[in-house]
Amino acid sequence: MSGLILELRGISKSFHDPVTIDVLKDVSFTVNKGEFVSIIGKSGSGKSTLLYVLSTMDTDFQGELLIDGETTRGKSERELARIRNEKIGFVFQFHYLLNEFTVLKNVMLPGLKLGKFSAQEIEHRAIERLKTLGIDNLALKKSNQISGGEKQRVAIARAMINDPQIIMGDEPTGNLDKKNSTIVFDTFKKLSAELNQTLLIVTHDPEFAANTGRIIEMEDGRVIRM
Amino acid sequence: MNTSEGRGSRTRQTIVRFPLALGMTALKITHYNPKILKRLFKKKKMNFALLFDIAKSLLLARLKQTVVAAVGVTFSITMFITLLSFMTGLNEMLDGLILNRTPHVRMFNEIKPNANQPVDHVFKNSHNFVHSVKSSGSRVEIYNSGAILQALSRDERVLGFAPRLTTQVFFNDGAIELAGVVNGIDVESETKLFFFTDYVVAGSATDAKNTANSIILGKGLAEKLLADVGDVVQVTTAQGERFPLKVVGYFQSGIQEYDKVQCYASIGTVQKLLGKPANYMTDISVKLKDLKSAPAVAKEFAAVFKTEAEDIQTANSQFETGTTIRTLISYVVGITLLTVAGFGIYNILNMMIVEKMDSIAILKATGFSGRDVNFIFIIIALSIGFFGGTLGLIMGFILTSIIDRIPFNTAALPTITTYPINFNPVFYFIGSSFSLVTTYFAGFFPARKAARIDPVVIIRGK
Repeated sequence: MSGLILELRGISKSFHDPVTIDVLKDVSFTVNKGEFVSIIGKSGSGKSTLLYVLSTMDTDFQGELLIDGETTRGKSERELARIRNEKIGFVFQFHYLLNEFTVLKNVMLPGLKLGKFSAQEIEHRAIERLKTLGIDNLALKKSNQISGGEKQRVAIARAMINDPQIIMGDEPTGNLDKKNSTIVFDTFKKLSAELNQTLLIVTHDPEFAANTGRIIEMEDGRVIRM
Repeated sequence: MNTSEGRGSRTRQTIVRFPLALGMTALKITHYNPKILKRLFKKKKMNFALLFDIAKSLLLARLKQTVVAAVGVTFSITMFITLLSFMTGLNEMLDGLILNRTPHVRMFNEIKPNANQPVDHVFKNSHNFVHSVKSSGSRVEIYNSGAILQALSRDERVLGFAPRLTTQVFFNDGAIELAGVVNGIDVESETKLFFFTDYVVAGSATDAKNTANSIILGKGLAEKLLADVGDVVQVTTAQGERFPLKVVGYFQSGIQEYDKVQCYASIGTVQKLLGKPANYMTDISVKLKDLKSAPAVAKEFAAVFKTEAEDIQTANSQFETGTTIRTLISYVVGITLLTVAGFGIYNILNMMIVEKMDSIAILKATGFSGRDVNFIFIIIALSIGFFGGTLGLIMGFILTSIIDRIPFNTAALPTITTYPINFNPVFYFIGSSFSLVTTYFAGFFPARKAARIDPVVIIRGK
C-alpha cells in the first residue's frame, strides 16, 4: 500500500429519531501512515460520530470506508471485531480499564485475543509498552488503584499492544486536569515522533489540535478544513 | 438511539450468514492443509483459555453474588437428590412389602358355577337360560398337581415355585372361637422365593418343618390367643376335626389385619389336618425370572394346567400407580427447586451485565466479537451450575447417608431398622445434567443481551 491507512469515500449518516437529522454529510478524506491528525469541531458537529464510524463499531452509514486498503462493507461482526483487534487501537475519554485485572493484564488482553504471539511474548511486549510510557512500575497494580492520568496512559499502552495501524482517540484528555492532559499529549507526540505511529484524535481542545500535524475541522456534519 | 435498530438487523443478518461461513470453513478444512488446520486449532484453544480467564475474573470479582447463586443451585440439587433417594427408597420398601410376598403367578381353583352346563350339550343351537345354578366347590384342590409341579420345574421362565394349601380353621381358646386361615407351606421354597423367615419375628421358621403338628401364628392372632412360643393351641377344621398344634413362632407381615388372621404351618401338617393325601394343594405360587412377562405366562398356565391363574400386575395394580405418582411428584418438586435457582442465576447474571456494561463495551471495542462475549457469560452461568451442582451432589449424598442411618423402628415393618434410602447413581446423573441445563438456560438470555450490547451507545453515553 502507498501508506494510506484510512480512506473515507462519501460517508453519510443520519439519525431518524425522532426526526431525521443528517449527522454526517458526504465526508471524504484520507489518512496516511505516520500522520498525527486531530479532528476538531463544535459540539454536535459530528466529529465523535465520525470517529465511531471509522472505528468499525458503528456500521450504520452510507458510503465506503477502507481501512488499510480493505473495505468494511459486507463484513460480519466477527470480521470487524478482528479488524479492530488487529489494526485499530482505541483511547476513549473515559479510560475503560477492567477493574478485575491488573494493569499488565489489561494491556495484554487485546494481544491475547489476537493470539499472534504466545502469552509470555505478549507479556513482554506489554511491559515494553508500559516502559515506553513510563508507567512500568504500575504493571502489577489493580487498575482501580491508579490515578486518572495513569489510567489514560495504561489505555494508550493497551491501544498499542497489537502494533495497530492507527490509534484513534475520542477526547482522550477530556476528563483530565491540565497536568495530566499535557502528559497524555506528550505521550501521543512521542509515539508519533519516535515510533511513527499514525494517530487520529478527536478533541475540542484547540491547543491540543494546534500541536498536531494536521487538523480536520468539522461543522454540521461536513469537513470544512482538512 | 435509532442506530441500534439498524444494528439489530445486522446481527440477524450475521446469524443467517453464520452457517454458510461454517460450511466454508469446513470446505477449507477438507482441502487438506495441515498448517492451516494446526493454526486454526491452536488459535481456537488459546481464545477459549482467554475467555475462560475473563469469565473467571468476572466471577471472582463478584464472589458474594456468585456464591449466593451457586448456593441456590447447591440447595436445590441437594434437595433433589435427597427427595428422590428417600422417596424411591420408600417406594421400594413399600413395594417390597407386597412384591416380596406376592407370587408373580398364582394358580388356584376358584369356587364358582361351572360354565359348562349339561343343557348346552343337549340344545346346542338354542339360547338356554339356566337358573339357580350352584357353585361347585367340591374340589378346590389343583388337579394333577404332581404333573404341574414337574412341568414348572422344567420351565425355563420359572425362577421357582411354592405349593400351598390354604384352609380356614377356628382357634379355640376357652369359650371363644377365633377364625383364622392356616397356610400350609413348603418352608424352604417359601423362604427362598418369598423371604418367609424375614417375617418370622419370634421362634424359628424351620421348626415349622421339623416339628410335627406345629404352627407359626400371626402376631396379632397370638396376642389374642395369649399364646407364647412353645404353647399348644387347639384348632378346629371346617369339617369339625379338632387338633392340638404347637406354636413354634410368630409371624409379622407389617399388615395388621393380615397378622390377625393368617397362620403358617408346613404343608404336611395342613394335609394331615384336612385328612388329605400328600399331593393335595390349593395354590401354586410361581416366581418368574421376568416380572413383566407375568400376565402372558399366567394366561398360558391357565390354559395348559386348566386352573385359574392370576398375575401380579392384575392382583396389585394399585401399587404401580402409587409408585409412579410418588416418583413423579419427587421429580416435579426437584425440578421446581432447580427452576427457582435458575431464576436466581438469571437475575444475578443480568445484574452483572448491567454492572459490567463498560467492560463488555471495551472488550468489544478492542476486538472481542459478540460471540466471545456471549461465550464468556455462558461460561459464567455454567460454572455456577457446575460448582453449585457438584457441591449439591456431595451434600445430597451426605444428607441421604445421614438419613440412611437414622433409626426407623416400626412394629409394622419388622425388616426395616433405618429410614430407607435408594442410592441410585441415576439420580446423581440427572441432578448434574439438570443443574447444567438450567443454568445454561438461565445464562442464555443474559448472555445474548451482553452479546448485543452496542459499544458505541455505552462509550458515547459517558
